Amino acid sequence: MDISYLLILLLVGSLATYFSGDKLASKVALLFSVASFGLSLYFLNLFSIGENLDFFSVWITQPNINFALKVDGLALAMVLLTSSLTSLIIYSSFGNEFKNAKSIYSLILFMSFAMVGTFLASDGLLYYIFWELSLIPIYFIALIWGNGDAEERKKAVVKFFIYTFAGSLFMLVAFVYLYQKSGSLSLESLYNVDLSYNEQIWIFSAFFLAYAIKIPIIPFHTWQANVYQKAPSVGTMLLSGIMLKMGLYSVIRWQLPIAPFAAKYFIYILIGFGIAGVIYGSIVAIRQKDLKKLLAYSSLAHVGLIAAGIYTLTLDGLRGAVLQMIAHGFVVVGLFFTAEIIFRRYETRTISEMGGIRIQSPKFTSLFLILVLASVALPSTFNFVGEFTVLYSLSQINVWFAILGGTTIILGAYYMLKMFQNVMLGETNSKVFKDVNVSETITLVIIVGVLFFFGFYPKPINDLITPSLENILNIIKK
Amino acid sequence: MNTLIATTALGVFCLLFEIFNLRKAIVPITIVGLIAILGLNISEFGMQASYYNNMVVVDKFSTAYSSLFIVLTIFLVALAHNFYENHQSKLSDFIAIKVFLLAGCLAMVSFGNLAMFFLGIEILSISLYVLAASNRMNLKSNEAGMKYFLMGSFASGIILFGICLIYGAIGSFDMRTIQEAAMSADVEEWFYIGVILLSIGLLFKIAAVPFHFWAPDVYEGSPSLTTATMSTLAKVTAMATFFKLASAMTGNLPSTSQTVIVVVAMLSMTIGNIMALRQVNVKRMLAFSGISHAGFMLMTLLNISVAAGSLLYYTSAYALAGIAAFSVILYVCKNQNNEDIANFHGLGKTNPLLAAILTASLLSMAGIPIFAGFFAKLVLFNQTIQAGYLALVIVAVVNSIISVGYYFKLILAMYTKEPNETREGRPFLIYAVAIIAILLNILLGIFPSYVLNLL
Repeated sequence: MDISYLLILLLVGSLATYFSGDKLASKVALLFSVASFGLSLYFLNLFSIGENLDFFSVWITQPNINFALKVDGLALAMVLLTSSLTSLIIYSSFGNEFKNAKSIYSLILFMSFAMVGTFLASDGLLYYIFWELSLIPIYFIALIWGNGDAEERKKAVVKFFIYTFAGSLFMLVAFVYLYQKSGSLSLESLYNVDLSYNEQIWIFSAFFLAYAIKIPIIPFHTWQANVYQKAPSVGTMLLSGIMLKMGLYSVIRWQLPIAPFAAKYFIYILIGFGIAGVIYGSIVAIRQKDLKKLLAYSSLAHVGLIAAGIYTLTLDGLRGAVLQMIAHGFVVVGLFFTAEIIFRRYETRTISEMGGIRIQSPKFTSLFLILVLASVALPSTFNFVGEFTVLYSLSQINVWFAILGGTTIILGAYYMLKMFQNVMLGETNSKVFKDVNVSETITLVIIVGVLFFFGFYPKPINDLITPSLENILNIIKK
Repeated sequence: MNTLIATTALGVFCLLFEIFNLRKAIVPITIVGLIAILGLNISEFGMQASYYNNMVVVDKFSTAYSSLFIVLTIFLVALAHNFYENHQSKLSDFIAIKVFLLAGCLAMVSFGNLAMFFLGIEILSISLYVLAASNRMNLKSNEAGMKYFLMGSFASGIILFGICLIYGAIGSFDMRTIQEAAMSADVEEWFYIGVILLSIGLLFKIAAVPFHFWAPDVYEGSPSLTTATMSTLAKVTAMATFFKLASAMTGNLPSTSQTVIVVVAMLSMTIGNIMALRQVNVKRMLAFSGISHAGFMLMTLLNISVAAGSLLYYTSAYALAGIAAFSVILYVCKNQNNEDIANFHGLGKTNPLLAAILTASLLSMAGIPIFAGFFAKLVLFNQTIQAGYLALVIVAVVNSIISVGYYFKLILAMYTKEPNETREGRPFLIYAVAIIAILLNILLGIFPSYVLNLL
């Protein structure tokens, strides 16, 4: 039994969903995504007893490209994140009526397939292919099922596509160049390839362009808020919950170990970019009138901090970043889902048109409040663990970084609580807020449960990811 | 050689069908005949033979490309059934011309003598002149035919002039003699002038900048099926021939001469892509896109000793995507008097299958993974970096980004706009060609080794 079965399951799921017809599509998709989550848990179990789950098969002989998948703790953590969030996202969309449902659910599963592939691939080109493949489904999801004016949506989505495609093509050039150097694109040979100082800087920059656009890091973020706002909720959740983690993960897996000198050379600039994202995102978020846009900018601030944590090149920084990646994935999916829940009832995303929900639905309000507090990293939530570790690692580099990065908590608390006040509290809205139904409650409760559980007990994830992060750090330090 | 004879015989048969009143059966019989020829051709793969005083040389290169040309011709003939529905009386002529055109293509990749090469290029060109002007009641088609004829015959003249100079320098039309002479140090200067003239003529045929001016007008004016032929079969043939000639003749040229290729490639990509951004007519857009692809294909000439396989792969990927795209265009624009993007509005709703096929073929041309176009570009970039032209690769990458702009314009039109008309009927052959072509493209993408390692 090796990890390729997971990919096959997701691909088959995507096809089966398409052919199951519009009525059954959502259920078939949920079935397959839950099955993939179960299968990844099973693989986690196998991995923990030390079984080798890697997969290798020769694909193209000239140039030398192999279908190679490698499993370590870090990859497995990301795969678990992907499969669990995909299940949640599909389940959360049960309240929506999609035109041509079979296509959208099939695309969601296909995207999940591509993202899992990105996390597992250990051959540069295979990784690149999965990376690009994940772009096509989200493009169509945002384009066809998105909301708002069609012309504006088209502009936003095309901008997103061209940005990310442009970034990744430069990554492709870097890979081709590396191939000339090492004769193979397998992870091991790339880790060992001997690059001069200048070459490292160029390759690092090419990778950076791809990842900075995907994550996004300032100043490559301009596509983000518009796409998050215009995409349907499932699309936004996929983008913010999982897809941007692909960029962060790739920094750890590919960029840093391949060009470590460049990473050390640019360390202050890179952390500076991350911190700038934190401050910029928070300040812009304060001024937002649209709920989804506010969440988009808050997400920009959080990933800025994660990126800064990764670029510290310390074990604490990397570990905190990965923990925060997982925590942020759950929180942001939860928050965008609450925005969707409100939209289902009020048909608006403008904050000023909401209010007075607390009186009508206390249950929803409490769940929402927990998510808001988790998002601002209240102690005892998962996000606190991640964010605190990252801030600690930043303080080791330079205490000012930690102080500036810490503004995310203060500013975050300000705009998130202000948003909570405007959305939930206040006088009774004239519009009726129907109480959350069972499936909505279940989704939110699962997310809140995960956040609390790992907030109190992050050890399992910590134990899972630390060995692989140590390996990567050893290569960087070499 | 057998392939060439069989193809010519099939062409003659096509003409005879008219006499025997077998018009209804002509498309299926021709397809069956072509499939038989394809089998014959593949059975010769790996053999090395020369015929008639080295006039025709059969080797791996020629059989591999011949197979590609025959496959493309099968698709084009299949599309003809629906396209010439209203011109039944001329059907056999058109089909026969297409088969003769294939004979020209075959001669162009399997020549062993420059005389044979010139015969091939003339058979190809004259067939295309006729096809371009074949919609004789239409002013634009006439204009296209006339323009193509004037420009094309001028290019043929230049090629002929080049051949004469080469003959003057070496004293032979025979490719082997020329190759040996080109390798030796003491070759007359005008040999190179001849090579340059020959190159100019071929650059014209593949529509590379700065010899591209005919392409947009001719592509737009010609009947769609002819445009499909020009942009797939004719372009691929000319490129393969150019590659064959270049690998025989440039042996002794200083490496600085490759700068010319680099510049032409860069210009073709950039100008083609930038001009394509502003087009509203799909055929014109694909003409400019074809110009930029010609630039990409020229990159193979920079690492000529190892690039035969990757050129075959690139041309196959490009031509298959082109056939799939054109079969959708033929379906959509059947009863329209132009091919504007507006005709494609809402195709994603009215005909999701064909919209998906067109999307896939455009994604392949843009170079998005799993489609063959991606691997084609990847291998090309790899070889070009190997040859030391990193700057050219970066220009190519920037161009790939630009090209997304116009390919996606069409995709957006299909999926975001409301349909403005409904189309009746589901012509079987168009569907079959579109599906098979795009499936072949994807298969090439999943198993690239089979073609890359062929040559």
